[in-house]
Amino acid sequence: MSALAVQFLNGLASASALFLVACGLSIIFGVSRIVNFAHGSFYMLGAYLAWTFTRGLGWVGYGPLGFWGGILAAALIVGLIGVLIELVLLRRIYQAPELFQLLATFGVVLVVQDVTMAIWGAQDLLGPRAPGLRGAIDVMGQRFPQYDALLILIGPVVLGLLWLLFNRTRWGTLVRAATADREMVAALGVDQRKLFTSVFFLGTFLAALGGGLQLPREPVQLHMDMAIIADAFVVVVVGGMGSVGGAYLAALLIAQLQAFMLLVPDFEIAGLTISIAKMTLIPSFLVMAVVLIARPYGLLGKAPSHARTQASVEPVVRVTPPLLAKFGFATVAALILLPLIADEYGLMVATEILIFVLMAASLHFMMGPGGMASFGHAAYFGLGAYGAALAAKHFDAPMEAGLVAGPVLATLGGILFGWFCVRLSGVYLAMLTLAFAQIVWSIAFQWVAVTGGDNGVLGVWPSIGKTGFFYLSLALAVVGVLLLRRAIYSPFGYALRGARDSALRADAIGIDVKRVQWTAFAIAASFAGLAGALFAYFKGSVFPTYAAIPKSVDALMMVLLGGVQTISGPLVGAAVYMGLHEQLVRATELWRLVLGIAIIALVLAFPQGIAGFAAKRWAKEDGA
Amino acid sequence: MLRVDGLHTYYGRAHILADVSLDAAKGEIVVLLGRNGAGKSTTLKSIMGLVPAAQGAIRFLDRDIAGAPPHEIARLGLGYVPEDRRIFTELTVMENLEVGRQPARDDAPVWTIEKLFAIFPNLAEMRNRPGGKMSGGEQQMLTIARTLMGNPRAILLDEPSEGLAPVIVEQMARTIKALKAEGLTVVLSEQNLHFATMVADRAYIVEKGRIRYSGTMAALAADEAIRLQYLSV
Ligand SMILES: Nc1ncnc2c1ncn2[C@@H]1O[C@H](COP(=O)(O)OP(=O)(O)O)[C@@H](O)[C@H]1O
Ligand SMILES: [Mg+2]
Repeated sequence: MSALAVQFLNGLASASALFLVACGLSIIFGVSRIVNFAHGSFYMLGAYLAWTFTRGLGWVGYGPLGFWGGILAAALIVGLIGVLIELVLLRRIYQAPELFQLLATFGVVLVVQDVTMAIWGAQDLLGPRAPGLRGAIDVMGQRFPQYDALLILIGPVVLGLLWLLFNRTRWGTLVRAATADREMVAALGVDQRKLFTSVFFLGTFLAALGGGLQLPREPVQLHMDMAIIADAFVVVVVGGMGSVGGAYLAALLIAQLQAFMLLVPDFEIAGLTISIAKMTLIPSFLVMAVVLIARPYGLLGKAPSHARTQASVEPVVRVTPPLLAKFGFATVAALILLPLIADEYGLMVATEILIFVLMAASLHFMMGPGGMASFGHAAYFGLGAYGAALAAKHFDAPMEAGLVAGPVLATLGGILFGWFCVRLSGVYLAMLTLAFAQIVWSIAFQWVAVTGGDNGVLGVWPSIGKTGFFYLSLALAVVGVLLLRRAIYSPFGYALRGARDSALRADAIGIDVKRVQWTAFAIAASFAGLAGALFAYFKGSVFPTYAAIPKSVDALMMVLLGGVQTISGPLVGAAVYMGLHEQLVRATELWRLVLGIAIIALVLAFPQGIAGFAAKRWAKEDGA
Repeated sequence: MLRVDGLHTYYGRAHILADVSLDAAKGEIVVLLGRNGAGKSTTLKSIMGLVPAAQGAIRFLDRDIAGAPPHEIARLGLGYVPEDRRIFTELTVMENLEVGRQPARDDAPVWTIEKLFAIFPNLAEMRNRPGGKMSGGEQQMLTIARTLMGNPRAILLDEPSEGLAPVIVEQMARTIKALKAEGLTVVLSEQNLHFATMVADRAYIVEKGRIRYSGTMAALAADEAIRLQYLSV
């Protein structure tokens, strides 16, 4: 009984921290419609800066600002950094497609990671404990940290202050109005830009405050950003995007579940030890699943009412020109001859590119004809890799079987996750795909007994030599791409595009929109899974990073580099991106920084996407 | 006060407005008449900067406002009342009015909450009601009151009589005349000729994005051929 009480209090304390981060994300989304990936980075920066202010520079005691002053100062500084980013980056891309906004903020994530590493180093940093709150209080005979008790109070206090801010000030009234209808607010003489900047300040300030307040509870480290952003996304989706109250409710729900999961004893199924207590993201998943079935826009969220004024440019799929087809044949022919001239390294690079061509083609299938932007395609790549590796490790499966097991697992994942995802659209769908990918990642990372956790699964070697494996990859990539192409031009493909262009009209002519999209989702997942399985044998090992966010971003970059509008685009994109990436990682330690800046520059230069840019040029030339 | 010259507007590739010119003097009520889909709303939105004008000059108080962002145009003293009302449904009546509030100007009528409640007595009785829980007529009153909170010099009123019960339409006509009495310039769009005749000084007739007729209300009343050709009466 007392154990339950303590877990309940633990849940409340975690909910406060989660709430601070998630509500900032939610508020920013509500007004600017930007899903800010970098929100976790601000949380992390808040923690690092607070560490510096209270501990870092060899202060005696808590430093000149004191413990609380240090945390507050850190949050304010991060808030100003947020303002800077809003002014130079986000302000230029409010009209850009959502995916580009996500990518741009992910660029910020990469930059912040390298900058943080350069300033504070890679080792974990231990923060100070709060003054006067080092002890514990007695809860039914059990000890509960005083600091956590304070945190429990902070959540509701911040919720109350935010309520006052939003309901009792002119600024808050304007923000709520802008959340509902930005254009009307502007027509009434309100400068939205100032509103956006101030909202961004508030959101980043809250995130950094949440980070700083974690100091006494956990060490400061470089993975904080990605760890919190997944949880925060789930909270925002469950609570309803843009709803502060919803964020608190969802944070409570999820934190409580996570706390009580810790009490579930390990059990065995078919010789496998299952430790629910170690899978902290599973409850988030369950809550999200249940909520999204019952209320697709979250507990307190509303269906997006006022659509964006500017019509989004829908990707089209053009017929392959004969010249391009010839070029394709020539490329394949050249690749067949490649082993005659290339050395081993060249062959390996070519193999890797082929695998990612398959991955990019599968994502393109979903995004282009399917119109479903996935920010979590790595989930299916990772499932494919783990499917193959686990079959090899636990069942001694030969490579042929592994190459089947991988896609099968990925398809199952696609069927399961896709069922939820196709219920949403646009940025909501993208968020959900990302959350699912994080769940796959966390299972790979946390279910150590089966997946080996961070150490991965090793010794997944192909039964054929390097040249043979190259040919295998070539064959599967070519067949995979051709099959996907066939699907695009089949009646199914037309139905899919019909569903994308106008769900209402497609519905009216008897297309079961959700079923068609669900099927496309599963198909995309299975080909991504095949790529993942190939990659497992290519590398000889599988790690949780295969399912991590950066892999999803890689795939997106490939598709967007090449353009969503053509089938050949992603293929070219994959080759170019992999080539550059490879060179970059070899050339510099700070490749994240360079990649991040490159992504940001790309989005700023082509806010409508390279494809949109090319299409405009194309249209101009046509007109001339 | 307001002068539009050779305005062209596109939605994507569709050419919606072609060479639209009109003007409104201080204190005048000018009506834009035309059937559904003629381009009345698009004209008002183009003036307000909500839809980009591809070509043409828009002058307000001797300033060229073509291409300016909507909030700057609003701050110059040009109010806009949208046809679909666009009330903030989650916000109360008082909060909706607050969003519209802007500083007073010397050369334009000054509106206070009390003064607005005197013109729109219904609103006074529902200060704390959320906008979403009001009837269509009440919302129409609120959207006008909200724009007046900005103390505008002139307002663009998009089909104020649309979807209102006859009694409320009468009330609306009285309201608009009260605004004129305060010295406000009004450009309104209408399909309802009867309503327009009650309030307006001059009329333009729009069809397929072009101005087909311009003249005083009295002249239009006398010209049955024009009315039959362009208006559904
Ligand atoms: N957002 C839009 N996108 C494309 N076409 C539009 C849009 N809004 C209006 N139109 C078209 O522009 C024309 C003029 O519309 P509108 O200005 O609303 O007419 P009115 O207000 O006179 O009824 C119509 O043919 C309408 O279909
Ligand atoms: Mg209209």
